[in-house]
Order: sequence, then structure tokens, then C-alpha cells
Amino acid sequence: MAEFTLPKNSVVQEGKVYSAPEGATNPQEVHVYRWDPDSGENPRVDVYNIDLDSCGPMVLDAIIKIKDEVDPTLTFRRSCREGICGSCSMNINGSNTLACTKDIGDIDGPIKIYPLPHMPVVKDLVPDLTHFYAQYASIKPWIQSTTPPPPDKERLQSKQDRAQLDGLYECILCACCSTSCPSYWWNGDRYLGPAILLQAYRWLVDSRDENAGERLDELEDPFKLYRCHTIMNCTETCPKGLNPAKAIAEIKKLLIERKIA
Amino acid sequence: MSLRTPLGQAKCLGSAKKGFHHWWAQRVTAVALIPLTIWFAYKVAVLSMSDYQTVSESIGSPWSAALIVSLIVAAFYHAALGMQVIYEDYVSNKAVRIAAIMATNLLLFLLATAATIAVLRIALGG
Repeated sequence: MAEFTLPKNSVVQEGKVYSAPEGATNPQEVHVYRWDPDSGENPRVDVYNIDLDSCGPMVLDAIIKIKDEVDPTLTFRRSCREGICGSCSMNINGSNTLACTKDIGDIDGPIKIYPLPHMPVVKDLVPDLTHFYAQYASIKPWIQSTTPPPPDKERLQSKQDRAQLDGLYECILCACCSTSCPSYWWNGDRYLGPAILLQAYRWLVDSRDENAGERLDELEDPFKLYRCHTIMNCTETCPKGLNPAKAIAEIKKLLIERKIA
Repeated sequence: MSLRTPLGQAKCLGSAKKGFHHWWAQRVTAVALIPLTIWFAYKVAVLSMSDYQTVSESIGSPWSAALIVSLIVAAFYHAALGMQVIYEDYVSNKAVRIAAIMATNLLLFLLATAATIAVLRIALGG
């Protein structure tokens, strides 16, 4: 059955509490999920009290401050700190988002940080995205065409054709959407999930690609595509403001077009 | 523990190259059920105070019988399609999943047949 409760060794326990530094003028409570695979212990939630007056504005700044000043064992991914690399995706106060673009000022009360839901955890806030990336590779995310490119220039695209990719090319594959999707939680081994399906649609509508038919053949599957029940968590959570649910609906419409219309 | 590559695991057995019909039929039956259900509810409400003779004459009239049989077919087909999706979503044990889908389909087929025969007996005077 789909698992609705955590296995015994995954039950989250209370962790350590680090009090605010003396003379803190703007204290903020930050709860962070911690798990060390080498310790053999259950995961726990550590509580850090930090001073926001000596901290940058975003949640990622708070996490970096904790690692630098309080607890160097805290493990997380980050790189660009401006919402373009997709490394620091995590669950912050119940929603998947990028820590680097999530404003601390938008959060009331304690900041609660967990890794992306329902993924194997490598350590602390680092999820194992191997399968997610393999699913991405499985849709062949590159131009496939029989016609060779012109010898002296690039493959041309009209402005209208290029506009088809707007709202799709911005996806940074941070996995916030896929890991917010219940269908991906229960059947992620076979369901491609919103991020990969949005990418699949991005190549289906690319005017330079000549393999739409084969791409649709590969997608038409009760599990790969049709596990989407338009729950819309993906669109709700996307930190880039994209609409993966609409992209999936467009794939379904292409299949209608091919079979019926 | 498997030493298969991540891509091999992701591609698994490949695409079934079907699934469109299931999804589309579920939508078509859903749309058909809207007017059929409203009509049937209206019919039941109108006939609720009538005697046996009036009810069987009304249900047995050609158009009523045709609409009720259509309702039965659409409703049970829709139910079978929907239950299969629910099992696929929530039952991860493959043997249990297949057994549940088969049992549900057989039961719904039996119920649909019984309901259809009941209407036909009234319509054709069994």
C-alpha cells in the first residue's frame, strides 16, 4: 500500500536546542531536520536561535549563517544563491521552494526546514535525486531530428515558434514540483512527475525537433503520464512561477489530437 | 540492492503505448453521466409517490428504458475505470493490485448485467 506513516527508523525526534547569542537584537527560531546516515540514530529536528540583525534576508542566508557560526555539521546543497541553479530546493514551512529566494520576512513564527518530501535522504537537507535525473535522461531532453543542420548556421526558429517555449525553458529542475506531487510520492518509480513531463512537453513543442511522434509513443503509458490527476500541487509550489500541470494537460491534448481530432 | 544503472531503472520495461483510451473513456462517461444522472434523479422524484403499475409502465417505455440502460452502462463502466486508477495509485503490491482490479471488474460487470436485465424485463414484459 501507499505509505501514510513513517517507518520506525524514520520517525523524527526532538533534537538539540541552540540558544540565541548574547545581545541578540532580533532573535529568530529556525527548526532544521537533521539526519546522519553514519550515526545509526533516527532523524531529529534541531532548533537554532539566530540573530536576524546579523543575517541576510533569505532562508538560505540563515542556513549558511547556522553552518558558519553555530553548527558546521549541517549539510545542504547550494550554489548560485539567486534562484537559477535549483540546488537549494527544500521544504520550508510546509511548501517546497528554493531557500535562496524565500524571504525570511514572509514567514510568521519559527522557520521550519525539511528536505524535499518523500525522497531518500543522503544527509540532513540533501535528498537523493538520482532517479529524478535518470527519468529526465529517459525522455531524451535534446533535439532529435533527421534533417541535418545547415552547414553554415544554426537551426532557425521563428519568433512565434520560440514563444512556444516560454514558461517551459525557465524550468531549472529543482524538483520542488515533482516532490510535492502525491502521485509521484506513491508511484515515483514509474510516474515521470511534473518536472520531467514539463521538460518532455518542452521538447514536444520545439519547432526544431522532428521526433514528436516517438516522444508521444514513449509518454503514452498509464504510469509514466496518466498518474497525473491534476492535483495542482506542482503549479502551486513552483518557485519559478511555472505551470507544470498545464504542460501535462497539453501533452494529454496532443494525444487527443493524434487519436481523435 | 540492484546494480542496474539509474537510467535502466528509470526506463524499466518501457512505455505501454496505451492509457489514452482508459483516460479518455473515463472523461466521456463522466460527461454522459451528468445529464443521465440529473434525468434519472428527476424521474425517481416524480415517480416516488406513484403505484407499482405507473412506475413499471414509465420505466418500461422505450425511451426511459433506453436512457436507464445507458445510465447503467455509463455508470458501471466509469466506476470500473475509476476503481482501477485508485488501485494503481494506492496498492503497490502487484499481485494484490491485479487481483483487486480483476475482482472489481467482474463484480461491476455482474451488477451491470443484472441491472440491465431488470430494466429489460420491465420494458419487454418478462
